[in-house]
Formats: sequence, C-alpha cells, structure tokens
Amino acid sequence: MLRFFLSRIAVLIPTFLGVTLVAFLFIRLLPGDPVEMMAGERGTSPERHAELMARFGFDRPWWEQYASFLGNVLQGDLGNSIVTKAPVLSEFLTLFPATLELSICAILFAILFGLPAGVLAASRRGTIFDHGVMAATLTGYSMPIFWWGLLLIILFSGILGWTPVSGRIDLLYFFEPVTGFMLIDSLLSDQDGAFMSAFSHLVLPTIVLGTIPLAVIARQTRSAMLEVLSEDYVRTARAKGLPTRRVVGLHAFRNALIPVVTTIGLQTGVLLAGAILTETIFSWPGVGKWLIDSIFRRDYPSVQGGLLLIASVVMIVNLLVDLTYGLIDPRIRHGR
Amino acid sequence: MSESVHAEVHIMKKLLLASAAMLAVAAGSGAVEAKTFVFCSEGSPEGFNPQFYTAGTTFDATSETIFNRLVEFNYGETTLGPGLAESWDISEDGKEYTFHLRQGVKWHTTKDFTPTREFNADDVVFTFMRQLDKNHPFHAVGGASYEYFDSMGLPELITKIEKIDDHTVKFTLKEPEAPFLANLGMDFASILSAEYADQMMQAGTPEKLDNNPVGTGPFQLVAYQKDAVIRYQANPDFWKGKAKIDNLIFAITPDASVRFQKLQAGECHLMTYPNPADLEGMKSDPNINLMQQEGLNIGYLGYNTEKKPFDDAKVRTALTMAIDKAAIIDAVYQGAGTVAKNPIPPTIWSYNEAVEDVPYDTEGAKKLLAEAGFADGFETDIWAMPVQRPYNPNARRMAEMIQSDWAKIGVRANIVSFEWGEYLKRTAAGEHQTLLMGWTGDNGDPDNFLHTLLGCDAVGSANRARWCYKPYDDIVVQAKRVTDQEERTRLYEEAQVIFKEQNPWATIAHSVVFKPMLKSVKGFKIDPFGGHQFYQVDIEE
Repeated sequence: MLRFFLSRIAVLIPTFLGVTLVAFLFIRLLPGDPVEMMAGERGTSPERHAELMARFGFDRPWWEQYASFLGNVLQGDLGNSIVTKAPVLSEFLTLFPATLELSICAILFAILFGLPAGVLAASRRGTIFDHGVMAATLTGYSMPIFWWGLLLIILFSGILGWTPVSGRIDLLYFFEPVTGFMLIDSLLSDQDGAFMSAFSHLVLPTIVLGTIPLAVIARQTRSAMLEVLSEDYVRTARAKGLPTRRVVGLHAFRNALIPVVTTIGLQTGVLLAGAILTETIFSWPGVGKWLIDSIFRRDYPSVQGGLLLIASVVMIVNLLVDLTYGLIDPRIRHGR
Repeated sequence: MSESVHAEVHIMKKLLLASAAMLAVAAGSGAVEAKTFVFCSEGSPEGFNPQFYTAGTTFDATSETIFNRLVEFNYGETTLGPGLAESWDISEDGKEYTFHLRQGVKWHTTKDFTPTREFNADDVVFTFMRQLDKNHPFHAVGGASYEYFDSMGLPELITKIEKIDDHTVKFTLKEPEAPFLANLGMDFASILSAEYADQMMQAGTPEKLDNNPVGTGPFQLVAYQKDAVIRYQANPDFWKGKAKIDNLIFAITPDASVRFQKLQAGECHLMTYPNPADLEGMKSDPNINLMQQEGLNIGYLGYNTEKKPFDDAKVRTALTMAIDKAAIIDAVYQGAGTVAKNPIPPTIWSYNEAVEDVPYDTEGAKKLLAEAGFADGFETDIWAMPVQRPYNPNARRMAEMIQSDWAKIGVRANIVSFEWGEYLKRTAAGEHQTLLMGWTGDNGDPDNFLHTLLGCDAVGSANRARWCYKPYDDIVVQAKRVTDQEERTRLYEEAQVIFKEQNPWATIAHSVVFKPMLKSVKGFKIDPFGGHQFYQVDIEE
C-alpha cells in the first residue's frame, strides 16, 4: 500500500510543475495587460505604461518571471494581487471554504440521489422508471447552469418564497468566521436560527451545482451495474437462490463501484468549473467568482496563484480517489 | 396585503431586529428600532483606500461612505460646495489655492485607533504628500500606485503644499489650472488621518491605514467579508449630523437579475445597474420606484483624423450625416438613452444648447461625400468594443447599424473587434480607421471631456480620434487657465461650436441611468457621477 501511495505521489510532482507553467503562461497569453485594464478609456502614455509594468516586474523575460514565481511558490509565497494588494494565498484561503462547503454539499447531493437512481434504473432496466431516470439525467446534464439557477430562484424564492434569493446567510446574523464553513460557524455562533438560515441558503446552490454530477453519476452507475449484472458470478449468485436485494446490493454494486468512484473523482474538477457560475448567480463568496474577476482584470499573480491552488486541490482529491480504489478492490492495493 | 408586501414587511422586521442586535454589539448599547438600509451592490471594492483605485464600486464603499474631501459635489449635482474646507481663496494669478478648514470635525474611533485630536491641516498635507512625494514614508506602502492622482496630471501641476496654520492649507500650482478645484472633489482626494498613519507606522503595521479605514464621513466600517457583505454603522459624531439610517449594509450581488429578485423579495432596498430587459418589470411593480437620469457620459464614433480620408472634415460630416441616431437609441439603448449633439452631456455646465446637430440626411451625405471626391464611396473599418460599457450597452449592434447606414451612401465598412485590453491598446496607438468609444465624466468639469478627450496632448492616450486642431485646442487650453466661471463657460461654448463644424466624432448618445428601489426609500438622489450616497437616505416606516 505504501508503494502504491508513493508511486502516486511521484506522478504528482511533474504534474504540479506542469500546472504551474500552464497557469503562468495561460494568463500572459491573453491579450491585454493589467496596466491597460486599469487605465481603461483614459489610456496611459507609453512611458507610464512601461514604468508600471516595470514596477510589477512584468518587463522581465517570461522565463525569469517564471523562475522567480516558482522559487516563491516553493517558499509558500504566491505573491500579492495587483488589484487589492493583498497576498494571493490569504485571499484564496478566505474564499476557499465557501467554495469547499458548497462543493461538498453538491457532491453529497449528487451521490445521495445519483447512486440509488442509477442502481434502481439498472435493476429495473427497460421499465418506465429506467426511462424516466435516463431522460431526467440527460436533461440535467444538458441544463445551462446559469439558466437553471435563475429558474430555481424565480420559482422557489420569487414565486413560492421558500428559499432566500442569494448569499450564504441572512444579513440578520453577524459573527466572525471561525472555520469559514457557514454551517459550522453558524452552530458555533450560538445565535438562534443561524444554522437553519445557513442551511436554507445552501439548498438552491447545492441543487444547481450538484445537478450535472448527479446526472453523470446516475448514468455511470447504471451502465456499470448493467455490465456487472450480466457477469457469470451474478448469475451464480442468483442461481444459489440469493434474494435480489443481496445480489444487486452486495455482489453487483461493490464491483460496479470502481468506475463510479472514478467518475466522482473526475467530477470534482467539473464542480470547481461549475462553481464559477453558481457562485456568480448566488452571490456566493467563493474562489470561482474571484478567479473570473482576476482574469478580467489581468491580475497575473491572483490568476496564476489561484489556478495553481485549485489544480492542487483537484490533484489531491484525485489522489484520494486513487487510494480508495485500494480500499474497494484488493487487487489494486496489492499491485496485482 | 399582497404577498410581496407581506414578504417585505417580514424581511424588514427581521432587518430591524438585526440592526438592533448589530448596533448593540457595535456600540455596546441597547439601541432599539435601529434603521438598517440594505444596498444590493454589484461587486467587491478593490480595497478601502480610494487613493489607489479608479472603480466606482470601490468609491461607493469608501469615499462616498467613510471619507470626506476638502470640497464636495453638492448632493445629486455636478456643482461644488464646501466639504472639509469651509471656504477657499484663489490668488489673482490662479496659481495659489488657500483652503480654510472646518473645525470640530471628529475622526472615527475604531478598534485600531482612538483619535486624540480633531481633523486639521496636518491631515490634508499628509493626504496629498503621500500621493505627490515619491520619498514620503507612506508613498510605497502596500505597493500602492496613485492612478487617478497621476492621470489627472497633479504630480506635474502641484509645486508646493503648505500648512499655514492648523486650519489653513495652501496649494501652489506650476500654472493656473481651473479644473483643479473640481479635481479636489474627486474620490481619490479623500482626506486620511495623519495621526492614525503615524500610529500605524510606529506599530509596524502601516498597511492598516489602507485596510482598516478611519475617516470623517457619515458611516464607519464595521466588517467586510469579501464578495459577500460590507457592514457600516452611522457615525454618531458626523459633522453634518448623524445619518437618518443607523446601519448600512452592502449585499454584494454580482448578477443583475438576481439583484432584481432580491429587491422584489425585500432583501434589499436599492440596487445598482439593472438589466435593460428587467426595466419593464420594474416599472410595473407596485412596490418598486424606478428613478432615472441622464448619465454623465457620451457614447461616440470617433474618426481617426490622422488617416485619409478622415483628415477631411467634409468626409467626417458626411459620414455623421448618414447615421440614423434615433434608430440606434431605440435598438441599442432600448430607449434608455438620448441623442447626443455635443461631446459633453447636458448635465454639465457650459453645455451649448444653441449648437445644431448634424441632421440625419442620406441624400445630403451622398452629396457632401461627392464634393469631397468620394462619389463612389470607399472602404473602411468600424472598430467595436467587445464589452458593455455604461455609455454603450451593445457596441457590436451599434456598429452593424452604422455599417448599414453607411452602405446607403456607398461606404463599405468592415466591423473589427478585439478583446477589451487589446482594443484599448490598439486604439490608443491609432490602428483603427473609425472606432466606437465613450467616456464617463470624473469631476463634472467640461475640461474633463473637452480637453481630456480632444486636446492635442491627449493624442496617443484618451484622444482616440487623434484630433489635434489648433483653433480648438487653443480655446480649451485657455479655458483651463482662467478661473472666472463666466469666461470659462463662454470659451467652452465656443469650443463646442468648433467641434460641431469639424466633427472629429459622430456624437451618438448619452445613456440614461436607472436606479430601482423600494417605494419605502426616501431622500435618494441619483449621483450624476454614478456613485451612491446614503447619508440623506431614509426608510419610511
């Protein structure tokens, strides 16, 4: 198991280097630069432009800038935002818990509904239920997030008045963040109704962000289950007279899990992409919205630092997913 | 009671409770029935020191709420009145400005700072020397650059700032510059506390000056959570008297449709920048009051006057004549705009009513073009910016309409677009033939349009028509040098006449600004500069 773990870590190092380079080059390849964006319609004289670019160190050759960026990253310094002047790392850490909380809720929502839907659809193949699940997931998968979010807000917040429109918690509640997770902080705050308020604010964004992963997980579970259900050992289990629930739930489901877990791991990347739109619609103070703003402003340090951190999170999640394969399937664990 | 009114009452009750709780926490007293005003704003401020930034979003959260300036624009107007300076004298030669400061103005008390003295001349000197003097201990704190101060040309203009006594400060200029006073009313000229700066420098935390602001303004900052919420409480010692509301909350809501939903649900009292598509719904909502005013802006099509055939005024006039502006107002601005005939909006003093616009006349345009030697037309480019701007909601659509108008007189135009940063860079360098562009005023002074955008020394930056016309330039430069308002008005009126004869731009439109708010909001006025002020605002019970 240790060797398995180490081999996975070894793969991460070049990936990490690659990510730093891509993040660094990506933002510089975009036309325009931070000084130009800051000046807007007013424009700057070429001398002033050069002076400001030099102040930020953007006048040096790119490999020099990259080398110093990399050197600083290794010392844990991602630089300061050009716009807010605050350290990129601290801005990220302030905003990231909001994204993480939303993403965890969304993926739990997707698993909670997606797995059973997929299993049931597979075990009732060809029935109305199966067709219903397939149609619903296809719709969910094709739904543009922005439109879907607004639709839910208009229905549940506007017409029915069941959920708040946007934000993380009612403005009524005011406490200093401790963990950055609103559900936990609201409990710690000891203010009446704070937790319920935080929870009700989470419902719609969770559904919106969780819809696509839910659809993918349900479809992936269904097809994996269908494949496993036609295996010999399942037929044997049935022939032994085991009840269907046991055959499907234990023998088939556990073997169908590997591709499903892979899908869940891959969906974390999708989640972070979806978070950008979801956060914008629901005024959710997370890193997605922050990254988009930084790209628009050509805030090089924020973009390269933010992309690097997000990519690291995705890599870590996928590492964890790799490790769970070992738990599910002993053949992987033992390297056979 | 209708559903939405019911919801509003419910929310307002909650907010009242909230504000009471907040005030109790913040002020340490058991206040009752505090009034909390919620503003659905569009984004996070870049920071809390308005000297560093240029975005309206930042100014709303800083200079408009927390700080004051020596001179301030009268509420809802572009005219100047006293601020932290009660009065001022300008020397005969227009080079010396002496400000007599207001006494009895208290600084905010925060967790980082308890003031031991009131506002005085040291604060004024500190505020400006920080921006002016590259060797000032605070000049480089926080990696600051002073975009506005620099781009208004103040480093070259100001030669000396002196404290005459505790309540008198004198600015000496290199040359007379009439718009100087209006510049001091701008957000970047907000006055910071020198005592707070000293204390923070000694404590080794100078950046706190910029991050945990201390001002003299009507509200003081209580808490800020990036991309979520900014909380203020009314400054009980404000020198004009305490604001009518007790707490002010900015609920940061980036999406315009969501802001509208929040307004309808009573989750905020006032919102910024509505979607044009939502305006009809707002007008018909019985709980919403939709205020509107012409913006301090101009959207125009500029001709690159350094390139042929646009160096010929006849060609420019012919092309301008061919544009159906009324159709553009309908289609592009969806009615939320007015036809522009002058390069400055009508809300600015010296706007020349008497100027007659170039008429929309396709036949006349053809004739004029033939006279200029282009009976068969020619081929050209129209550059259209890729982004929505306050003065032009849809440049692409506008370009298409102009393209088809010009086709009628034989001018074949290709539409060109670049990503915004690239667009700004290339048009400043003069790569275009004609371009769509615009401007939002900074300080309500005609100079800020007529010289900043059309003066000879702005060619290569803001003068994207690259129009350097001596008879015009002489007038707008002279208008900067005289301080007599009547004389300046006369000069600017004359400049507008010359502009119209020469047509370096086809002036298209001034957009209209909309502010949707709940009917219970009283006393709000639209700020012509695009900012939001809440000092005079009240909520009707």
